[in-house]
Amino acid sequence: MSCLTVNNLEVTFSIQKQKARAVRGVSFELGNTRTLGIVGESGCGKSITALSIMRLIPSPPGKIEAGEVHFEQKNLLSLPERQMRSIRGKRISMIFQDPMTSLNPVFTCGNQIAEALRLHKGMSRDEAAAFGMELLSEVGITEPLRAWSSYPHQLSGGMRQRIMIAMALSCSPRLLIADEPTTALDVTVQAKLLELLKKLQDTKDMSMILITHNLGIVAGMAHDVIVMYAGEVMESAAARELFDSPLHPYTVCLLKTIPAVERREERLTVIPGSVPTLLDIPDGCPFHPRCPQAVERCKKEHPPLHNVNGSKRLVRCHLYE
Amino acid sequence: MNNEICIDVRDLKIHFPARGGLLGKVNGWTKAVDGVSFAVNKGEVFALVGESGCGKTTTAQAIMGLIKPAAGSIQINIGDRDGHNQKNWDKLNAAGRKELRKQMQIVFQDPYSSLNPRMTVRSILEEPLIIHKMGSQKERAARINELLEQVGLAKSYLDRYPHEFSGGQRQRIGIARSLATSPKLIVADEPVSALDVSIQAQIINLLQDMQSRYNQTLLFISHDLAVVRHIANRIAVMYHGKIMEMGSDEQIFSGSLHPYTKLLLKSVPTISVPQSSEKMAADKKGIAADTSSTGSKAQNEVCELLTPEPRGCSFYPRCPVKSQQCLNETPPLKDFGGGHLCACFKSMQE
Ligand SMILES: Nc1ncnc2c1ncn2[C@@H]1O[C@H](COP(=O)(O)OP(=O)(O)OP(=O)(O)O)[C@@H](O)[C@H]1O
Ligand SMILES: Nc1ncnc2c1ncn2[C@@H]1O[C@H](COP(=O)(O)OP(=O)(O)OP(=O)(O)O)[C@@H](O)[C@H]1O
Ligand code: SF4
Ligand SMILES: [Mg+2]
Ligand SMILES: [Mg+2]
Repeated sequence: MSCLTVNNLEVTFSIQKQKARAVRGVSFELGNTRTLGIVGESGCGKSITALSIMRLIPSPPGKIEAGEVHFEQKNLLSLPERQMRSIRGKRISMIFQDPMTSLNPVFTCGNQIAEALRLHKGMSRDEAAAFGMELLSEVGITEPLRAWSSYPHQLSGGMRQRIMIAMALSCSPRLLIADEPTTALDVTVQAKLLELLKKLQDTKDMSMILITHNLGIVAGMAHDVIVMYAGEVMESAAARELFDSPLHPYTVCLLKTIPAVERREERLTVIPGSVPTLLDIPDGCPFHPRCPQAVERCKKEHPPLHNVNGSKRLVRCHLYE
Repeated sequence: MNNEICIDVRDLKIHFPARGGLLGKVNGWTKAVDGVSFAVNKGEVFALVGESGCGKTTTAQAIMGLIKPAAGSIQINIGDRDGHNQKNWDKLNAAGRKELRKQMQIVFQDPYSSLNPRMTVRSILEEPLIIHKMGSQKERAARINELLEQVGLAKSYLDRYPHEFSGGQRQRIGIARSLATSPKLIVADEPVSALDVSIQAQIINLLQDMQSRYNQTLLFISHDLAVVRHIANRIAVMYHGKIMEMGSDEQIFSGSLHPYTKLLLKSVPTISVPQSSEKMAADKKGIAADTSSTGSKAQNEVCELLTPEPRGCSFYPRCPVKSQQCLNETPPLKDFGGGHLCACFKSMQE
């Protein structure tokens, strides 16, 4: 059974009077209690994809041009805003990459968590405080009482991030979208949080979309992975398959850039060239100017997603025709 | 103070009033930084690592003169040759502070709130050059283009506003801004944690280049040891407002003494990349990765975070090798030779 199905999602931004395609025909399916990792270089459209599911694209300049997002027998993209509001934060919650999107600087953190709990769960003030404080210690905050009564600016970057996680988890969502949830946390706290998310997944029947540039985390957490580039899905595979044998040249390049903790390298590997801007995505394969394996055809013909050896694995590259 | 030292921090203490209880009364102090001393040499990359909330940003802000310490001293020495350039924030007047701040730049941890939303990328990058009266308009324009390219952003971004960018793109705008004036000292607070690996590598390489070309001093704050490994000459590991271990990259990465450092090192989630694979994939050289997040089991047992004891070692609640002594006494930061310092009773016995 699937929890979420995204079909042919298209999102544009109007930039300098032109339409820039930030998400180009993205489709994926997320199974119940599964975790889908979304990876790809900065600016490839990961956050915009996530925000579209929540229908939180700033509009204008953004616009969801086409596509369907099926969740609990509804197409979220055609739902009236009022109905969407009752899903957001309750059935689907999101940990935003930008902490200030979900934290209000003029209220204490406790105030904000309690508000969410009262709104969505109908708890009393005292119940919300007790439950909320419990949640804060679960996400690894050492002094929950202090954090509860602090304003966001009085907490460190990593503490703020965990407050957001606590808020997102407070209403036991069916689907959690976590956009770079642990970037500000050291590995030991990170591990603890990821463990907590896994546990919730099993006990609370939660499915998860995990957006992160940390491929180590994806390897440890995700069942399935999609690799995005310039707004498109380049490869889609089970996590183990993807890391064991990356197929798409972009995935191969991406995996090579991971710095190792075991040794010091004089120079870290980079993928030569840079990510195209939305207004000048190359013709043909969007990756061709940087691709070590590009052939003439890649410059002209846009590769479709090829199904590789009859499995569920998809690769957008002419080499796998 | 030695002329070769760029930042000299001695016994720095920074406390914030802590509110507790549901009514939010001030009922104590958060010792964000609790007696930290270290010296950063000129032209060195010094990394401050440690878990969330241990006081890294607060230390950085004090060094930048943005927070006033409760106790201790911070001396900054950016001058070129003569030894008369030692500056202490407390002893400077407003003009002196401004002058000093010019020579240092900070990359803020939060790429979202540190860029002025009403300024275009062009004006964000040009501002420090104008403030410091650097170059003609034409030279400034050339410099801006160069900076953008160095951080991997396209020229077409120049007339757009911060909110139009992704998290990683904003972070790079912040980095470009801090590099604009080629300052002698850069304090970079988690400069690459919002970036994906490929751009992370590009930025680290860039910082390294800048650093060796202009003999810049770089104070690099991060919680990511894999990144630190590739850039730092010396590292201080902080925990709960104190330095637990300090040493050269070799000493920390190959001969770490403190149990917290060891825990950090072994919990890095990795996907190791073996040399060959039977499935040659698309790549002729055949790289493949193996999904093993090493250590993720071991660390969780000791990962229980508890409120630290008021006395004794603050790492006690999580320490795998603790003893009774650690509960009763605070371990001093002891010199183990060659500039390798560690605050742990266990390592003193060995
Ligand atoms: N409000 C906006 N106006 C115009 N362009 C935008 C806007 N928001 C995002 N974009 C563009 O859309 C593209 C995708 O952005 P998105 O935030 O999804 O990237 P991302 O994959 O999440 O990157 P990162 O890893 O850096 O967070 C980027 O090129 C970005 O510049
Ligand atoms: N303005 C403030 N008022 C009260 N407490 C504060 C303030 N700023 C920081 N603190 C507290 O000081 C401690 C250290 O915070 P700091 O931001 O230095 O941590 P950090 O090491 O940078 O953590 P992170 O890795 O999460 O960014 C935290 O407990 C934080 O709550
Ligand atoms: S289609 Fe061509 S350019 Fe694109 S990834 Fe495959 S080989 Fe490289
Ligand atoms: Mg993003
Ligand atoms: Mg910080």
